[in-house]
Amino acid sequence: MSTTTLPPDGFNAAPKLADVLPPRKERGRIGMFIYRHPTIAVGGFMVSLFVLMAIFAPLLWTVDPTALAPARRTRPPSAQWWFGTDMLGRDVYSRVVYGARISLIVGFATAIISAVIGLTIGLISGFIRAVDAVVMRVMDGLMSIPSILLAIAMMALTRASVENVIIALVIADVPRVARLVRGVVLTLREQPYVEAAVAAGTRTPMIIWKHILPNTLAPVTVQATFFCASAMISEATLSFIGAGTPPIIPSWGNIMAEGRALWQVKPYIVFFPAIFLSITVLSVNLLGDGLRDALDPRMAKRI
Amino acid sequence: MSSSSPLLDIQNLQTHFGTIDGVVRAVEGVSFHINAGETLGVVGESGCGKSVTAMSILRLIQQPPGRIAGKILFKGTNLLELSEPEMQSIRGKDISMIFQEPMTSLNPVLTVGRQIGETVMLHEGLSAKDAEQRAIEMLTLVGIPAPARRVREYPHQLSGGMRQRVMIAMALACSPQLLVADEPTTALDVTIQAQILELMRDLKTRVGAAIMLITHDLGVVAEMCQRVVVMYAGRKVEEGSVEEIFLNPLHPYTQGLMGSMPKLGSSLHESGRSKLTEIQGVVPSLRKPIIGCAFASRCPKVTDACRQMAPAIEEKAPNHLVACHYAPRAAAAA
Amino acid sequence: MSNSQTQASSRPLLEVKGLKKHFPIHGGILGGKVGNVYAVDGVSFSINRGETLSLVGESGCGKSTVGKAVLRLYPITDGEVMLDGRRVDNLPAGELRPLRKRMQVVFQDPFSSLNPRQRLRDIIAEPIVNFGMASGSELDDRVGDLLDKVRLPREAMYRYPHEFSGGQRQRIAIARALAPGSDLIICDEAVSALDVSVKAQIVNLLSDLQDELGLALLFISHDLAIVEHLTHRVAVMYLGKIVELADRKTLFGTPHHPYTRALLSAVPVPDPTVKRQRIILRGDVPSPINPPSGCRFHTRCPFVFDRCKTEEPQLRDVGMGRMSACHLDVVPDQVPEANRQAVAA
Repeated sequence: MSTTTLPPDGFNAAPKLADVLPPRKERGRIGMFIYRHPTIAVGGFMVSLFVLMAIFAPLLWTVDPTALAPARRTRPPSAQWWFGTDMLGRDVYSRVVYGARISLIVGFATAIISAVIGLTIGLISGFIRAVDAVVMRVMDGLMSIPSILLAIAMMALTRASVENVIIALVIADVPRVARLVRGVVLTLREQPYVEAAVAAGTRTPMIIWKHILPNTLAPVTVQATFFCASAMISEATLSFIGAGTPPIIPSWGNIMAEGRALWQVKPYIVFFPAIFLSITVLSVNLLGDGLRDALDPRMAKRI
Repeated sequence: MSSSSPLLDIQNLQTHFGTIDGVVRAVEGVSFHINAGETLGVVGESGCGKSVTAMSILRLIQQPPGRIAGKILFKGTNLLELSEPEMQSIRGKDISMIFQEPMTSLNPVLTVGRQIGETVMLHEGLSAKDAEQRAIEMLTLVGIPAPARRVREYPHQLSGGMRQRVMIAMALACSPQLLVADEPTTALDVTIQAQILELMRDLKTRVGAAIMLITHDLGVVAEMCQRVVVMYAGRKVEEGSVEEIFLNPLHPYTQGLMGSMPKLGSSLHESGRSKLTEIQGVVPSLRKPIIGCAFASRCPKVTDACRQMAPAIEEKAPNHLVACHYAPRAAAAA
Repeated sequence: MSNSQTQASSRPLLEVKGLKKHFPIHGGILGGKVGNVYAVDGVSFSINRGETLSLVGESGCGKSTVGKAVLRLYPITDGEVMLDGRRVDNLPAGELRPLRKRMQVVFQDPFSSLNPRQRLRDIIAEPIVNFGMASGSELDDRVGDLLDKVRLPREAMYRYPHEFSGGQRQRIAIARALAPGSDLIICDEAVSALDVSVKAQIVNLLSDLQDELGLALLFISHDLAIVEHLTHRVAVMYLGKIVELADRKTLFGTPHHPYTRALLSAVPVPDPTVKRQRIILRGDVPSPINPPSGCRFHTRCPFVFDRCKTEEPQLRDVGMGRMSACHLDVVPDQVPEANRQAVAA
């Protein structure tokens, strides 16, 4: 080949091509996040709104939600009683705002506790074959009972309290998390980086801690948000049929249960807690969907 | 080059994708043609735009987020101006495609016969019975034993090589004039690859379709193709007859590619182990517009001129096009 | 390898004798065992210090299983694995662990072989920490040196795998494999997923490291051209058995076993002026669940005769340091005349 430095006839430039798509808009960090993950942004914003509402309930122009006032029973919504009053004269607005506390506590507590327990069981049975067979059959057994029936049975055997509602819902949810985690663990165990760690002499507890656990957190977090939403619905259902939160504590299920009798004449007593419950559950589910798309693209395609 | 107009003539093809992170310029100004009955190889490494080019020809790119610009003339008609129904009548009939992964490109719940038959029922209006007969003929053509039985089997009952034969049978069922084969043997073992390549060569002489063969394997190109297009970073960097490209590569990227490919039989010429030629560095990002020559960041002969000015594609030797400022010009072409 | 080195330690670094690995297939309602996958069925070879032995064959021939069995990623069914004269296949986990630092692995897929949630420093340091070989700033120095060896910048230490390309990730995996000062690295299709130009970089890196550190490599690959380029000796596997084992020049220059010949002739040659005589094998590789009787290659062998279908040929020395498992080597008289002509051609 000749040692050309410059071609005798000079350089010929390729023709310039126009872009066929408009360039990407410049966005700030927050703008970029909203653009990338709109569902997380919307869901997260709404969930935080409800959390703030629950925490600062006393400051949000509420009155004592349990204060009885027989003189002003079943008033329709007005400037004084935004959501009206119920059959005992209690302010429905205050009750709904305070009721958010119960829903969110039950939802978050159930999600976090069942995720932690389920994660532990799932990790152990995913790694120890002998335990696996026994534990998973127990989990299958628990899963074969409809969760709401299991909760009703639990509540019938114990005193009605928020703690017991949470325990009942956790028992129903743990097998689902455990199954999920076990499945993830079994796939992760076959991953080359886990095999490389075994070959590098890493001990099993360390493999679980460093290689398996961090990679199960994403799917468990996603699952936990869905459990949170379903726990809120279950709590409301249990309270509605009188097998959940004690009637003395305002919870959305209780408010609806009490308003049930007057549904045809005073629909607003049921309407407001119902709409709050729906919007909260929707927000949590939106957040969960967004997290799933962001954290686990494979799962998003499968479902 | 033949004087008659080519079967497929691609002019200044640009395929861009709008993504969250910006515009990806997957194909940027590619032009080439395929004559009737010839086999054109398109080679390059992953991300060079060779598969996107193939998908663009068949308009299998989702628009948006993608966008195809330029001209794709098939027998004089610009495919990019056709309506979707008109395009559907061309896909599978005049132009058909074979994909790399035979398992995922066959429908697992339909019998092999149904899948081959569907194309001919659609394009040629055959009855179900005639379609099955055609499917059996096609399976016989691609060398599948006991075709009358196989026609009723499902894809999972076939081995990888068999599935690729079925894919070829499907692609050829309507006697297309152009077959676009995207890495047709990459997922196969070498002895099965040899079977499939032999089959494709054999069918080509019998069916007479032109083949656009996309591959990263230079060995496959050398055995199958008459002409070669070398792509890099969404651009065509070199084009020529297979002999010219292999024996006299002019673009530094093509030279690097040839040198980095180990050749069977190397132990017979050398006593010790020899070094392979490396191409230093990595492929540039397609998310930013590339100023100057796309290969400048990795080229051993790079100069300031290369970094500032993209080289035009020029005919440096007869029927041998190169996009490099420093590619020597053969006396005859100058 | 120099002569003095050979004499200093005449014993091979790795010796595998009659290795078998059968995977049980469970089925039925009760999940009982219904059969076996005979993935590896009696494989013997040895690797010397500083030497590369390649295991080649098509998918399902059991070459990767051999690698994983040697690494004791799962227990073996039968046979012996000796590392530096010490039997390791039956060691309890506690005694095996210190020996693990002598053999490491580089896997095929550069995207799944690195934990996405660890920084490079933690990935590469893992074996060093496991064996308590260094800590603190000394550990950082060691990781830095390893990054130098694989030609990655030291600053890369604090980044995550997803920030790197396939070739760079494979360098990271090689750095991890070198970390505990290993004698033997098992490369399980280590360059198969890479692009041609990157492949060349990694192959050159492996050869350089081998020369520099005196590493032994068990190079598992289906890419015969790459194998020819970097290996010293080659074992060809078919359906769980070694059919031919010879040094590089012998095997690639004069392939002997009918399968080796077909395999080599099937590789496309990147030179349009070469038109070769090709042996095209008919049919597919049989299933390792139900391997053919006699010689496992007899269903596809162009030279098959009666004895092949009933009696299994043993791997034996056929001269020039070549081992081959074929009845044609032993009893050429019994071969029908037509076949003998085909062999001679």
